[in-house]
Amino acid sequence: MAQVKRPLSPHLQVYRWGAHMAASIINRMVGVALAVGTILLAWWLVAIATGYEYFNTIQGYADSILGRLVLFGLTYALMQHLAGGIRHLFMDTGKMYDLKSNTLSAKLTFVFAIVATLAIWFAAYKVMGRL
Amino acid sequence: MSDFNTPLSKVRGLGSAKDGTHHWWVQRVTAVANIPLVLFMVISFVGNAGKGHADWVSWLQQPVVAVLTILFVLNVTYHMRLGLQVVIEDYVHSHGLKVVSLILITFACVLIAALSVFSVLRIAFGG
Repeated sequence: MAQVKRPLSPHLQVYRWGAHMAASIINRMVGVALAVGTILLAWWLVAIATGYEYFNTIQGYADSILGRLVLFGLTYALMQHLAGGIRHLFMDTGKMYDLKSNTLSAKLTFVFAIVATLAIWFAAYKVMGRL
Repeated sequence: MSDFNTPLSKVRGLGSAKDGTHHWWVQRVTAVANIPLVLFMVISFVGNAGKGHADWVSWLQQPVVAVLTILFVLNVTYHMRLGLQVVIEDYVHSHGLKVVSLILITFACVLIAALSVFSVLRIAFGG
């Protein structure tokens, strides 16, 4: 059978990268990362339910350099997805489709996510008394 | 652009996926619910950062904390089931693999939800 000539969707490679494109794909990527994060949350809750000893083992993993790196990444992912999601909720109402406010709001999601992540970790270290 | 839809299909408004806008809408509803629930979880984790087992248990034994944590888990696993479905539909093109992936992520989301909810209840009721 001859190949049906359907209209092609735009080839993404021909576009110069912009903040709005980055915000879109990163929102999806951090979303998938957060899905993996829910496994860790379930593990954490199971550990608390299991008891003192197992909890301390898991706490040890979380407190290691690798553990803290993963948790820091997940914090950023959560804040990026939160900001990106709120931006999308605004766009769902038909707002922010002009290039200027679309790009600006995309940039703002990154600024918010980075600031919020640092603030959360600063607060957590304060609570732990390590600062 | 020519309109190929039959009048019946227009009235039903279910589109090619036979699901209408239900998926889209529930993803938004869970997204909105996630905003306060995520803020609660952030407060929960920051406020108890570095705390030991006993502190976490007594934190989670508070009814409001237990219920909000359960709501967070249920809402997040539902939202992520919907989100992962879209990702799979976009990137997995083999029909068989797509169906298998969709079933597997559904199982995974339900399992994560069940493990988390059971754990919170076990902590809350002091089992």
